[in-house]
Amino acid sequence: MRSSVIVFPASNCDRDASVALEKITGSKPSMVWHAESTVPESDLIVLPGGFSFGDYLRSGAMAAQSPIMKDVIAKAKTGVPVLGICNGFQVLVESELLPGALMRNRDIKFLCKHVQLKVERNDTIFTSQYDQGEIITIPIAHHDGNYFASPETLKELEGDGRVAFRYVDDAGNASADANPNGSQNNIAGIYNKDMKVLGLMPHPERLISQELGGTDGVGLFESLMEALH
Amino acid sequence: MKARITVTLKTGVLDPQGKAIEHALEGLGFAGVDEVRQGKLIELDLTDTDKDAAMTRVTEMCEKLLANTVIENYSIELE
Repeated sequence: MRSSVIVFPASNCDRDASVALEKITGSKPSMVWHAESTVPESDLIVLPGGFSFGDYLRSGAMAAQSPIMKDVIAKAKTGVPVLGICNGFQVLVESELLPGALMRNRDIKFLCKHVQLKVERNDTIFTSQYDQGEIITIPIAHHDGNYFASPETLKELEGDGRVAFRYVDDAGNASADANPNGSQNNIAGIYNKDMKVLGLMPHPERLISQELGGTDGVGLFESLMEALH
Repeated sequence: MKARITVTLKTGVLDPQGKAIEHALEGLGFAGVDEVRQGKLIELDLTDTDKDAAMTRVTEMCEKLLANTVIENYSIELE
């Protein structure tokens, strides 16, 4: 599986993503600097977490205008899978590859902790190695993860089954208490229309070995390996 | 020519920072503040001399970068 990780100024999870991809898919991804104009031929493009361009103006807004994004958008439109994690998710909404916006967390604070997520469906290239409705534990680390979309967009996302992950409590309910950042409908991640672009605020690449505290993130990369090898 | 762009959150979009400021004002004893909304002010020094052309250009800048029209409104003043 050939993958590329886009590196923006102040990306800081690019190497975590690279380590996870290499460990699980067996091949090292290409690290692609944002000023490049072309992404090498890839089965998967990853937009990593971090604070690209210092989160100036809005998180992800400047990165969305980087030269490389023209090609990422073009490739996504031809069906190349794109995974945006945390700041990568923010870049995806700012690029309009995904709908909605990621606003300041409800309680203003930067959040850095483990959360429980429900895998809403396991028939996508990103989730086939999880069980339907499985509850997984994944870390979040963000200031702007409060998912917002217009009522029409929200209805469309829910109706089309495009919510990938939701913040849930122990019983698997998307309760108000389980919602760390105020996201509408406890949304932690969404798909685009053809289910090939996934953006999520939690960091699966950070939980890929017991030494790091758990392996719940492995399933996402194994799913991609299964679909794209 | 100068352009002054005010970016504010749309009505109905929760403004957590505005809410925090509202609570802080209340804590300081300032009564009578019903709601606080926080926004951004962006000033541009333009080389344009034609107001209409400047307005067209700045509008495009707002749509492409300066505002996220999913959640924000913008207004432009030229002087």
